Amino acid sequence: MTDNNKLLEVKNLKKYFNLRGGFLFQKSQGTVKAVDDISFFIRKGETFGLVGESGCGKSTTSRVILKLTAPTSGHAYYKGEDIFKMNNHELFKMRREIQIIFQDPYASLSPRMTVGDIISEPLEIHRISDKKSRISKVKELLKTVGLNPEHINRYPHEFSGGQRQRIGIARALALTPKLILCDEPVSALDVSVQAQILNLMNGLQKEFDLTYLFIAHDLSVVKHVSNRVAVMYLGKIVEVANSEDLYKSPLHPYTMGLLSAVPIPDPEAEKQRKRIILEGDVPSPIDPPSGCRFHPRCPNAQEICSKSEPELKNYDLSGNEHLAACFFAGKPI
Amino acid sequence: MDDIENPKKVNIDSSVEEGEVSIGLAQDFFMGRKYAKTSLYKDAWKRLKRNKLAMLGLAIVIFLIVLAIFAPFIAPYDPIDRVKEDSMLGPSGTYWFGTDVLGRDILSRVIYGSRISLEVGVIAVGISVLIGLVLGAISGYFGGVSDAVIMRIADIFFAFPYILGAIAIMTVLGQGILNIFIAIGLLGWASFARIFRGSILSIKNKEYVEAARALGASNYRIITRHIFPNSFAPIIVYATMNVGTAIIVEAALSFLGIGVQPPTPAWGKMLSESLDYIDIAPWMMVFPGLAIMITVLGFVLLGDGLRDAFDPKMKQ
Amino acid sequence: MDSTDNNKILEVKNLKTYFYTDGGVVKAVDGVSFDLKVMETLGIVGETGSGKSVTALSILRLIKQPPGKIVEGEILFNGNNILDMNIRELQDFRGNRISMIFQDPMTSLNPVFTVGNQIMEAIIAHRNVDKKTARIESYKLLEMVGIPDLKRRFTSYPHEFSGGMRQRVMIAMAIANSPDILIADEPTTALDVTIQAQILELMEELKEKTNSSIIIITHDLGVVAKYADRVMVMYAGKAVEFSDVGTIFYKPCHPYTLGLMESITRLDETKREQLKPIEGTPPSLIDLPEGCVFRLRCRYAIEKCRKEYPPFVEIEKGHFAACVRAQEFLSGSLSRVKK
Repeated sequence: MTDNNKLLEVKNLKKYFNLRGGFLFQKSQGTVKAVDDISFFIRKGETFGLVGESGCGKSTTSRVILKLTAPTSGHAYYKGEDIFKMNNHELFKMRREIQIIFQDPYASLSPRMTVGDIISEPLEIHRISDKKSRISKVKELLKTVGLNPEHINRYPHEFSGGQRQRIGIARALALTPKLILCDEPVSALDVSVQAQILNLMNGLQKEFDLTYLFIAHDLSVVKHVSNRVAVMYLGKIVEVANSEDLYKSPLHPYTMGLLSAVPIPDPEAEKQRKRIILEGDVPSPIDPPSGCRFHPRCPNAQEICSKSEPELKNYDLSGNEHLAACFFAGKPI
Repeated sequence: MDDIENPKKVNIDSSVEEGEVSIGLAQDFFMGRKYAKTSLYKDAWKRLKRNKLAMLGLAIVIFLIVLAIFAPFIAPYDPIDRVKEDSMLGPSGTYWFGTDVLGRDILSRVIYGSRISLEVGVIAVGISVLIGLVLGAISGYFGGVSDAVIMRIADIFFAFPYILGAIAIMTVLGQGILNIFIAIGLLGWASFARIFRGSILSIKNKEYVEAARALGASNYRIITRHIFPNSFAPIIVYATMNVGTAIIVEAALSFLGIGVQPPTPAWGKMLSESLDYIDIAPWMMVFPGLAIMITVLGFVLLGDGLRDAFDPKMKQ
Repeated sequence: MDSTDNNKILEVKNLKTYFYTDGGVVKAVDGVSFDLKVMETLGIVGETGSGKSVTALSILRLIKQPPGKIVEGEILFNGNNILDMNIRELQDFRGNRISMIFQDPMTSLNPVFTVGNQIMEAIIAHRNVDKKTARIESYKLLEMVGIPDLKRRFTSYPHEFSGGMRQRVMIAMAIANSPDILIADEPTTALDVTIQAQILELMEELKEKTNSSIIIITHDLGVVAKYADRVMVMYAGKAVEFSDVGTIFYKPCHPYTLGLMESITRLDETKREQLKPIEGTPPSLIDLPEGCVFRLRCRYAIEKCRKEYPPFVEIEKGHFAACVRAQEFLSGSLSRVKK
């Protein structure tokens, strides 16, 4: 903990799921290593992007940080204090400061509660102000996220996807948190609405001095919002860098493949672009490949890659940080 | 990553034809999501109103309730009043449904009998629902050992024949209306626990429940504020249908002589009393029998209709 | 649209598909016209509820009735109106001349039959061949779509496949009878980026091999830019703009197309502080605004837009748009998105 600016620091976090079968006497049928020894930190006021394909463990990471599911091992320091060592009371207090926004605006709001109920629930739980001032607070929040405060008594299904996502954001803002974990907040939305939500989140970040952990699979969105980005593959972080550096000069072959796989909305440029198509499927996290987990799909793989696991090392000599976990980092494919 | 804890999840929908799947999605979008302007219950009521059979069921149920409440005003005679000289008269202008061996008016007895049937139906099912909700909630929400134990006990209850179980309990507890409630109520909880557990399992991993947990909501709050209101529809449906079953079981118990005690009028009891006179006074059996049939039919029709109304997709 | 071009394999004229629901009539597709040329890839772009999927389903007459109904229009395949076919002709036609790939490869495969079985089924349904021939054909198809470890995979069930592999199987089934047109409805939306790239490359490759035409329905402008020859943009059940891919991307003449181009985040640009979203939300298809359907969200709306929905007209050769100010965009008197 040398950097005082670190709002959240995750160290050697592991989350394994045991697959169980049978009924009364359940036996283990293997372990899913959803998150396997990852470390990163988030500075106050920045947006830290976490990208990867489905099953890479990015969503699990956010759930574990919030202790919605218990970690297998590791630490998560919020303002220097280990979340995993907090007692119930401390945890309850911490929940005021760390909030989460979910991907699916249809699943993340209870269909039987009015918008007013949904947004005032956090205030109720934390016993903040009386009922009357709660209502005015909710109305204020609705205005903040760009919704009509008159709609306080409506049900979620009366809103469009984008509006529902705004409701989710209002709920997250209710307790004036410091850190918001955004789990694919725009991937279920249409493009024109995505831009609205991204702009809203950008505005809120400035207005309320928020820090974001932005989890997404859409690289162009992550690039747009993030200061720094970490790329995950099969439960591991394979590369971390400033947003611009990562996109301009990726070091890890997986990052290169990922960037290349995204088609650019520009027909001329797209014709000239040489694409790298990564072969094969993402292997199962139940029995991940030995050594570097990416080696079966990696065009650059050598013998060493299947034998030992590369460490996440800094390759930037100019004082910035550009970490990659590859024996042949930077080698073009 | 949401599926990682149950990787063997099978998609039931996948047996539908290709085209229909996408249309289903489109329909969902048009009808359920963006354009719906009412709440679930209002919506369900709208659909229920269009279902003629369900409305017939509802009419029967309402009619029965009115009958039971206002029995003293509706019934032409006292149901336990014996008129010796009027024994075993056939249906006529004076006695619409005829009279029984003891000279009691069958119409009045049938009307009063609705009281017992409805009481048993509603209270016994109420007990089942209550036990089912509590055990189902524990089982579904907390899982683990408590889940395994509760569900195995439920299996035992499932495996046990309903009537046999009721007879056994009645023998142990002794006769009496209160014990009928208890016997039928105790036997019915397992299905409710199962249904409720199922909806909890599907709801507890929904993002709005996670959101509540992230806000620091207690388990009690999550179950009562988030899970209960979202899993009530199937309970209502199943409870309605179960009222019919409970009424039949009560009739069976009374028929066997271990249920309601004479002279209290109960349909099952009336049936058993009629047995010896089937040849000479068939009306003694026909009317209480019809009453049971129509009542059960009413609840089943209503329950069926409610199911379709709550979940229009289930019907297809 | 003029019909001088003999190259057209499919021509859709004034298609209207409505859904009759509790809430009212949903005009899911409301007067859409376009054509598809031989060996062409046509991209249909639009957001949720724009009617792009319903258009595709209408072409194969897969609209479930009720609540849906094709109320008007013509769908000409090689000059024959698909809407006039009887059930038998239709069954013979679907999956044979035109086949479709759906978004979710899990729900499109039957879980109780092996993958090999389902492909053989698709072959036998349309061709008079025995089981042995069908089996050999199926092997060839699976090899063509790049399924590894064929022998084992042939007798596997769909749930044993990954999403990408399932979509490959769907493609194999779709091309089993070498159809003239392949309609792909969001074929890669449910897949990861790297798998998406694999599937799209495969489709491109197969198109070359089989000389078929493709209609690809997507919300991803990147996919369209890379693979489509011509693009139709849809909004609220209407076609708003239709032209070749270059024109759509560099010279859009409808404010909605323009708005889409401006609102997307792109990998090939440096960080922007603010995006330029299209404000508001799409209208309810039951209760469309009077006049132009896009009017309420349009930055360029004028008084005239209130009156009537602008006709979908050819503003220059091969470039159609439905906007009263399209000519102004075309001549450059209204500013447009810069490249």
